[in-house]
Amino acid sequence: MDIPYTVEERPDTGLNNAKLGIWLFLASEVMLFGGLFSAYIFLRIGAPEWPGTMAGQTFATSFEVLNVPIGTFNTFVLIASSVTMVMSWASLMMKDFKKYKLYMGLTILLALAFLVVKGFEYGGKFSAGMFPSESTFLAIYFTLTGLHGLHVIGGIVVNAYFWGPGAKMWETDPDRFTNRIEIAGLYWHFVDLVWIFLFPTIYLL
Amino acid sequence: MADSEKDHGHHHEESFIRKYVFSTDHKVIGIQYGITSLLFLLFGFVLMMMMRWQLAYPGEPMPLIGWMFGESTMPDGVMLPEFYNQLGAMHGTIMVFLGIVPLAVGAFGNYVVPLQIGAPDMAFPKLNMASYWVFFLGGVTMLISFWVPGGAAKAGWTSYPPLANIETTGQTMWLIGMIFLITSSLLGAVNFITTIIQLRAPGLTFMRMPFFVWAQLVTSFLLLLAFPPLEAAGVLQLMDRVADTSFFMPTGLVVSGEVMNLSGGGSPLLWQHLFWFLAHPEVYVLILPAMGIVGEIIANNTRKPLWGYKSLVYSVIFLGFMSFIVWAHHMYITGMGTAISTFFQLTTMIISIPSVIILSALFLSLWGGSIRFTTPMLFALGFLPMFGIGGLTGLPLGLAPPDIHLHDTYYVIGHFHYVVAPGTIIAMFAGIYYWYPKATGRKMSDMLGKVHFWGTIITMNGIFMPMFIQGMAGVSRRLYDGGQLYDLAEPVLHWNEFMSISAWLLGLFQLPFIWNFFYSIKKGEKVDDNVWEATTLEWTATTSPPLGHGNFEVLPQVYRGPYEYSVPGAASDFIPQNDPEEHQSVAEEA
Repeated sequence: MDIPYTVEERPDTGLNNAKLGIWLFLASEVMLFGGLFSAYIFLRIGAPEWPGTMAGQTFATSFEVLNVPIGTFNTFVLIASSVTMVMSWASLMMKDFKKYKLYMGLTILLALAFLVVKGFEYGGKFSAGMFPSESTFLAIYFTLTGLHGLHVIGGIVVNAYFWGPGAKMWETDPDRFTNRIEIAGLYWHFVDLVWIFLFPTIYLL
Repeated sequence: MADSEKDHGHHHEESFIRKYVFSTDHKVIGIQYGITSLLFLLFGFVLMMMMRWQLAYPGEPMPLIGWMFGESTMPDGVMLPEFYNQLGAMHGTIMVFLGIVPLAVGAFGNYVVPLQIGAPDMAFPKLNMASYWVFFLGGVTMLISFWVPGGAAKAGWTSYPPLANIETTGQTMWLIGMIFLITSSLLGAVNFITTIIQLRAPGLTFMRMPFFVWAQLVTSFLLLLAFPPLEAAGVLQLMDRVADTSFFMPTGLVVSGEVMNLSGGGSPLLWQHLFWFLAHPEVYVLILPAMGIVGEIIANNTRKPLWGYKSLVYSVIFLGFMSFIVWAHHMYITGMGTAISTFFQLTTMIISIPSVIILSALFLSLWGGSIRFTTPMLFALGFLPMFGIGGLTGLPLGLAPPDIHLHDTYYVIGHFHYVVAPGTIIAMFAGIYYWYPKATGRKMSDMLGKVHFWGTIITMNGIFMPMFIQGMAGVSRRLYDGGQLYDLAEPVLHWNEFMSISAWLLGLFQLPFIWNFFYSIKKGEKVDDNVWEATTLEWTATTSPPLGHGNFEVLPQVYRGPYEYSVPGAASDFIPQNDPEEHQSVAEEA
């Protein structure tokens, strides 16, 4: 039994199943992060001072608490990984499997770099006694970036599968494999986009 | 074992486990969802029957089963208040998230939708399997929570903080269980929408889809977009509970006379907003599939097209859209400003319009039909007035002035139970009797079905009608003793015993159904592929039960709308959707 429109597009909708599926999934993700951003706005409007007092110190602005240069660096790391993700898909479109392996490998490495930097940032906060329980600001910072981090890890797992064992499909069904990389790319760009909103909202505003 | 599996592999036969446990066939998954959710409905109902003992006879030891419980829940058979709260919270959670949603969407949606649109399966069969097993894990988590220290969740199905934040471990289990259930719903919703949009048979345009498919499509959009904010809220509450954050804990919160040692700065109202942003659309998740089922059965048993098919479709879409902007009508007593309150009163009044259109169209469909009083039709007809009562009693709750009096009284309980119990659950029974021959090739007994119908509908009214009386008198919900401590409850207190006896009788009248359900699998009357002489594809394009995985021998082609009953000039009184022939219409010539 074959499910229709797994690879080819349905003529009247102009979509294949996976592409519609991923856009629907991303719509639900928008609502998830939308809910959290709304919670952030709700709490911040109600707060007498922001970011306020934590670990015995009072801060007037969020960039005194968080490290903006590191955050900026990480932003560029993620944007670069989005670029290599597109390149890996474009390589498949041009039937260049070796280039695909290279760019997909780079995407995974950049994502890991992002997590390592994030790990050092978290470590610095913890050693300074800044835990989520210290203030609403830190609570929302750790929750939002933590959930985003989980999404990054999810992306790494998916991309690593397509770089390693999943890449066998290139031999048997190259069109479907190319589709899969496009779908994985859409997810990856979304994770990137969430950070693009997260960074200014939490670090700069 | 390993050898036999190998042999099976050579013959391309599926092993028992592949075929019935970890199946990717939408029909098997639908039945898995159906049986699991019916068991949870029964379990949730048993919890309520226990609570009704405490409400009718407060402080008296429970007969028959009271001795089975331990010192920490029911010493000497007398229910402790803590245990009453666990039963109440878990009754709501189980009925909504583990009973009705998986039955309405997981079971009926999975089994019927691909057949009705002429698809070989769901668009993502493996994802479909995953969503069932994630749902199952969520259910197991909820069940296990009864045995953790302090017992299951006690803060109601709404899990309002600060209470939910400071309660025992059961509350954390509740959150983890909910995150499983939400994930399962999200996977399911993506699958349903993709299936309905992408896998419709050739010729099955959107305006030729059966009303049930439309209802499922809108329901899936609600699940897709409304559940994530609750997931967000769940993550925040989990952080509050395990990482000591204060998202929902205000500064200077005093619990049992002591100021809590927290950073503060949070807001309990934030939870209410996020929760009801899900939970109002959730109400429509509960009712839309029910309306879809009733629509199918009414068209089939009146032998005429649904009245106002297009108005029904547009109303369902509009209802789905509006359900996202009415949530704060659950929060009128939180002290919101008049401007905001006016907005939500207005949207609430507007959303009642499509509901009324749908109910009216279903009623008008009966006009002039030659009604067949089959068992599914009895249940479908029972749904109409019951949902009418449930809907109309909701109007006073949608307006702030009467709501301030009625809020959190038994009136509210009566209102939403009328929508969900004699409304949705009755429609679910209708669906079970209607599609049972599809899944088994046999009919359930009509005699037992009628006993089940009359017993159920009468006792349900016996339970829920007195709630309006108690509620208007001012009796609060969630009272451990049913209101004995309050003078105002005195004149209406005697209803408690009446309601409880009705509830136990309702339990008794489910026995014929349970017997009928299992007995008919092997011993029911064998019937034709299209036993109800229906027009839609699940009956006309495949056998009952359908062929194995793949459903159709040849994928069907659709030529006409879903309800071509009693077409003037046609040879029979129904024309299947996949019938290619032109039928001379007398009406057209005239």
